Order: sequence, then structure tokens, then C-alpha cells
Amino acid sequence: MYFLRRLIFLIPTLLIISFLAFALVRVAPGSPFDKERKPASPEIERALKAKYHLDEPLWKQYMRYLADLARGDFGPSMKYRNHTVNDIIRQGLPVSMTLGLGAFLFAQGIGIPVGFYSAVRRGRRVDYIVSFLALLAICIPAFVVGPLLIMVFAFKMNWLPAGLWESPKHMILPVIALGLYFAGRISRLMREGMSGILHSEFITTARAKGLSETATLVKHAFRLAVLPVVSYSGPLLADLLTGSFVVESIFGIPGIGVFLVNSSLNRDYSMVVGLVVLYAVLLLVLNLLVDLSYTLLDPRVKYE
Amino acid sequence: MTLWINALQLCRRALRFLDGAHWLESAFSFEAAQAFACKICIRNLKRCQATALQIAVVACLAGCARQEQRADVVIANGAEPESLDPAVLTGQPDGRPAAAMFEGLTRLNPVDSTSEPGLAERWEISEDGRTYVFHLRTNAMWSTGEPITADDFVFSWRRVVDPATACDYSGLLFYVVNGEEIATAKIKDLTKLGVRALGTRTLEVKLVSPTAFFLDLCAFRTMAVVPRKTIEKYGDRWIMAKPLPVSGSHLLESWRIRDKIRLRRNPLYWDAANAQNEIVDILPIDTAMAALNLYQTRQVDVIWDKSLVPNELMDVLTNRADCHRFDNLGTYFVRFNVRRKPFDDVRVRKALSLVINKRRIIDRILRGQERIARSMTPPGTANYDPPEGLGYDPALARKFLAEAGYPDGKGFPPFEYFFNSLKMHEQIGVELQEMWKKELGITMTLRQTEWKVYLAMQSALEYDTTRSSWIGDYNDPNTFLDMFMSNNGNNRTGWRNERYDRLMKEANSLLNKEQRAAKLREAETLLVRDEVPILPIFFYQSIHFWRREEIRGIHYNILDEHPLHAIGKNKSSKLQVPNSKS
Repeated sequence: MYFLRRLIFLIPTLLIISFLAFALVRVAPGSPFDKERKPASPEIERALKAKYHLDEPLWKQYMRYLADLARGDFGPSMKYRNHTVNDIIRQGLPVSMTLGLGAFLFAQGIGIPVGFYSAVRRGRRVDYIVSFLALLAICIPAFVVGPLLIMVFAFKMNWLPAGLWESPKHMILPVIALGLYFAGRISRLMREGMSGILHSEFITTARAKGLSETATLVKHAFRLAVLPVVSYSGPLLADLLTGSFVVESIFGIPGIGVFLVNSSLNRDYSMVVGLVVLYAVLLLVLNLLVDLSYTLLDPRVKYE
Repeated sequence: MTLWINALQLCRRALRFLDGAHWLESAFSFEAAQAFACKICIRNLKRCQATALQIAVVACLAGCARQEQRADVVIANGAEPESLDPAVLTGQPDGRPAAAMFEGLTRLNPVDSTSEPGLAERWEISEDGRTYVFHLRTNAMWSTGEPITADDFVFSWRRVVDPATACDYSGLLFYVVNGEEIATAKIKDLTKLGVRALGTRTLEVKLVSPTAFFLDLCAFRTMAVVPRKTIEKYGDRWIMAKPLPVSGSHLLESWRIRDKIRLRRNPLYWDAANAQNEIVDILPIDTAMAALNLYQTRQVDVIWDKSLVPNELMDVLTNRADCHRFDNLGTYFVRFNVRRKPFDDVRVRKALSLVINKRRIIDRILRGQERIARSMTPPGTANYDPPEGLGYDPALARKFLAEAGYPDGKGFPPFEYFFNSLKMHEQIGVELQEMWKKELGITMTLRQTEWKVYLAMQSALEYDTTRSSWIGDYNDPNTFLDMFMSNNGNNRTGWRNERYDRLMKEANSLLNKEQRAAKLREAETLLVRDEVPILPIFFYQSIHFWRREEIRGIHYNILDEHPLHAIGKNKSSKLQVPNSKS
């Protein structure tokens, strides 16, 4: 019931978000058709505006947009005039998703075990080294990590390509560049969660009733300690799946992330709104899934 | 230590596996991979949490790109083309691949970028220079096998001036009878355009006045012939039609946005025998660092966009043998808003112009061999020799400023210099600021905005002074000078001068080249010496990268146009290529 209500609630949220994006991008100065060279006659600008219905009142444009959206049509791109927004998303999103999912798995795969281990070894040398490395990963931004990786693995060692998106081998460096920061964040979250849990009474109880240390840690402590990571993962996944401007630029990857930034700079109205709606849907749905997974992980959580 | 070495070896082996196996397309096919992923999905449907992940996996498998045969020539081309439709596109990154797909009556010579016979093999020009009769080649045909007819040209040119097409460059057809009237909707009937088919292979064009550069215009991409049936069938997205009939040297094999444009030699092109390559890849890379990385690791053979050279590395890069710099038709200048005080006073504009040490700007910021600009039209432009505009004379400048009522800059209102966000523009702005402060005692503040705001404010004349640039479309002074006529949308200074307008009109109606040049020179003198609504700073250079021993067919020319059919790879250069097995 609770989730049904949440699902229904998605619709007004999306309407509000899409309207805000729709109106705000039109309020910004400049139009999609402004170029360094003025068109040869004002008639041309008028024809362009009419073509994309920009000469109509805003509410009418929005109604038209909603009608198209209901059919799953995001409309034509106003910057890339041979493509529709659907086309661009269809081509770019899978690439971004592959990269994002890779980075997500990389971050989880490194972050969770490392955080878990360093919490168990809390206060020992391993803990300090790992904490320091995690901090380093958080502090160095992708636009430094990316070129560093390229320098070492593409130029010095000649192992991996410096960019483009052609084979699984091309994915390794971008995935690391994108995932490293999140691996650091997750390992810290995991370590904090684990440290807190290890002091709670039910762990003492588990130990007291003679459960082995491994079973205590994995079966009892882990399930609760991972909760902060899980709640962080929803928005993180939405973020990663829709691409990364920085990493896609550095490696020349044909994803959707660059469009998130460029479309608003280009005033590509339909593209901006389309991407905002897409991102919102992903974010809302993944958040819902995260809440759902709480019930599976934490027996204390129940939704009415 | 040994552990470390073992780990390294393991890594290498894993990489070699990825390398050799090509597992995505050979070990199991793409469809099989999808089916496999689906099966896993269905099996685990109960775990709803996992399903989301698996849906993502399926989507992602679609995202794993396939490996293709490496192209003969791979070119980093700058920004993603907005369009490949010759009538719609505007930018150079768009025009370069499009020019290979669609040809006009003439085409550009790869060596010196002059016009040479294209789809028309010869033509006659009437004595008054206002009627051209073009004869199309008998072997001119679409890539689908149908002949290219004079009617195809009539359709293509009418399409350009039709306001419904919304072609930004329709101004190129204003030289043709009724072109302007149709584009500005004064005449609704497209058939009134001064172009008609005299036979299947004969085309007659009537011009408003003898236009010295008309044959150059015919080589410009806007004037190329486009396939009527495909356009009528598919509308805006006709360029993605399969098969797409093309009239130029290359077929569009695939276009994946922000990924790659793959062009393949068109076997039915009239000059197909001389094409120097089979496949060309055009990569839309807009980051300088990415382009350079790919070039260094030989995933890219040519970098030919000026924006693709990292400014920080300029000193190192320009000394390399594979770095090619040459002059092109481009001018960097400052616009004054002559509608605003105190820039409505010509003495103020002159004073501000005379204190700019352009050499210093070139040496300190551009670090290249760019030429100082004292005119709007770059020297080397065909049929022309530009006049000498204002130079560097601070003493005279102070005199002018005093005459205008601001001795030593006293009472001069603070003003703004407006530019779009880019490191180089900011650095030049700082130099201007310093020179104006030091020599004239006046205060300028820098104001930067993003591109679209910059354009909008410049058009609306909401600025005091602003950074500007202009790249010539064709090799004639007209492309630099007609924009400052009173009603031209690219004027953007508020400057209106009847004498200038009259001189420009007179010049372009003259048949004699010397007389025409003299008139144009007279007009430009007004622009850069007497009235100075603009302050030219330097002329652009093109910066390209390619290895001379590997790539042939790219020549230094003033239009910076390099037809793709002429570019090829040298056979002898079988170099060891790391990292690019595909």
C-alpha cells in the first residue's frame, strides 16, 4: 500500500519538476537559435520559432509538450536538428549506463570490503592506511585522476587506450576514474556504519551466545552496517547512470553526461527538459527501491 | 616484490585476453549476450531488488560499442555537428563532413582552396557578368545511380531561400535574382528565383549584379545539390535515411551522435578514381586534452580544429614538426557600441584604438606567429589589398581624448568590456584594460558571460565594448565588409554610414576587378581609419596536427578547407601502432 501511494505520488512530482525545467530554461537569456552569424533575414528566425512552436504562449507549449511526453516523445532537439531527443538519449544513455554501472560496481566492490575490513581492524595500521587512501580518493577529483591514469596506463605503460569507447578494454580507465571517488566515500560510510554497530548490544549478545566471530560480523553486523551505504547508493546510481560530464569529456566517451551540461548552455530547450525528466524518473524510482530494500535488510523497518 | 610482479603479469594477461578474444562480438554475439542476460533476469525475478540491476545490465550490453575496422584516416574534428544538411548547417565542424557528402557546381581545390569545376564541368558567363550558364557533367550521378539534373539544383537552391527551411546562410543566394525577396517573404512564389533548368544538364543563373566571387559561392556547402525525393519523404531527418543519396565524394555510412561519423568512398562520384581513401572517421571531440591524448596514442591521425590545442602547451607543441600553423581568413577584433556615450564620439574610438600594442598581445598571449591586424580584411584575401588602418600612437591618442573632452582621462565614465568565457579572451581583456588605464587613464571592467548571453547582448547592443571575431566564408573581401552595412544583422555596433553602404553597393556592381577593389578599399578605410566602430587586433592562424610522413593531401590554404577526397595515408608508413588494434 505504502509503495503504491509512493508510486502514485511520483506523477505530480514529475509534473512539477518538468514544468519548472520547461519554464526556467525559457526564462534564461538567449535562444537555441542565437549564433555568431545572424540568419540572413528576420523571417528565418520567425520560421524557426514557428517550427518549434516557440511563438505560442508558454502554457500552450507546455500542454503540447505533455501530450508528446505521454506518448514517450521528448520532441526534436533544437540544437542538433537532424536528431530527436529520443534518438540522442537512445544512443547516449546505454553508454553512460555501462560506464556508470561499471563505476558503481567498482565503487561497491572496493568500498564495501575495504570499509568492512578496516572497521574490524579498527585502530591498527591497516585501518590508518586504508582510511588515508580513502580520504585521498575523495579529495582528488576525476579531472585529475583521469589524466593521471591516462598518463600512466596509456602513455608510460602502453597497456590501455587513452580514450574512445570501442571495446571492453576502453572501459577500464574511465570506470576507475569515475568510480574511485565513490569507492572512497563508500568505504568510509561502511567503516562508520560498522564501527557503530560493533558496539551495540545485540552484537555483544551474539558473541555471548557463542556465535563465531565471522558469523557475528557477516550475518548480524553487516546487514545493518551496510544501510548507510544502501541509502547512499540510490541517488549515487541515478547520478552515475546518467553519465559524467568530466569523465566523458576526458576520455571522449559518447555518453549522455556531456549533454546534461551542454544542452543548457546551448539552450536546447527540449533536450534540457528531456534529460531533467529522465534524471528525475531515475532518481525517484531508485530512491523507492532503496526504501524497499530497507525492509529486506533491517527487520526493524516496516512500512504501513 | 615478487607478489607485485606477479600481480602485474596477471593484469597484462587479463588485458591480452580482452584484446585478443573480442569476446563481445565473436565469443558470443550481441543478441546471445542479451538473451543470456534476459534469462538471468527472469530466473531471479523474485529478488526484485536485483532485477533493477539486471535491467540495467541488459541496457548496458546495448551500450557496449562494437569494434569496427580502423578507418584509413581518423580526424578529430571539434564539436559535434549540429546538422549535416548543407542548407541548415553553419559551423566548420559541420561543413567539413557535409562538404564531402554533397557537392555543388564548383568545388574547392585542396591545395589553394580556389574554386574548380565540380558537378558542372564548364560554364559560360554573359558579357554583363549577370548570367551564368552551367553545364553539368554527363557522369554526375547520385550515389544511388540516378543522374544529377539541373532540376535538382533548382530544387536545392529554392530550398535554401525558402523561409520555411530556415537556412541561416540563405544570404549567399541574395546575389541571385529575387533571392533576397523570397527569403524575406516579400515574394511567396519560389519559382521566381533567378535559376532555371534549360535542359536536364544545363542550368541558367541570373544575378542581381556581376558578382566577382560567384563561382566561389557555388563551391560553398549551402549551395550544394541535395536529393529531392529523400527530403520530401523524410523531412527534417532526411540525412539519416538509408540509403542516403549523396552527390559528393563520400557516403554517410553511420552517424552516432558524439561518437563518430563514418564516411565511405562513393564509387559513383564523378572523380571517384582519384579519391585517396576508402573510409574516413570524423570524431566529434571538443576537449583539447582528449584530442591530443588520442593523437599521441595514434587513435587519431589528424587534429584540425583550432580549439583543440591546449593553450598551456602551446609553446611546446608549436615547435614540433607535426604541428602545422598557417594564416587563415579570420580576424579578432573589438566592437564599440557607437550608440552609447562616450563611444558615439569618433575621437574616443580613435583614442582607444591608438593605444593598443597588438604585438604585445600576440607575443604574450597567443605565443604564435599571428599577424597584427590594422584592417578588417586579412591580407591575402583574393582580388584585394586591404587599407592600412590606425596603428600605435599613444601621444596622438591622448590628443584625441583631450579633444573629446577627457584630458588625461578625466571625467571619462568607467565602462565594460564584454566577452564570452574563455581563458584567451580574458587574458586579452586584461591586456586591453591595462593599456587603456596606463596610456589614457580610463577605467574598464571585465565582464564575462556564457556564449548565449554574450550573443544575445551583443545583438541587442547591450554593451560598451565587446570582444569579437569573424571567419570568412569565402575568399573575397565582401565576406568581411558587407557585415558592417547599416542593416546587416552581423553589424552589431549600431554604426550606420550611408557612404559605406553606397560604396559597398557600387563596388559589388562593378565588373572590373581593380575598380571594384578600389571602391572596397575606400569603404574599408572608413571602417578602420576614419570612423573606427571596430578595433582589429590580430588575424587568426589555423593550428593542425598531422604527421607528414603518414598523412598526405592536407595543404596550407587561407580558407582552412581540406576536401576529404584528397586526404590519404602514405602506404610506406607501416608504423608500429600501439593501442589501436581495431
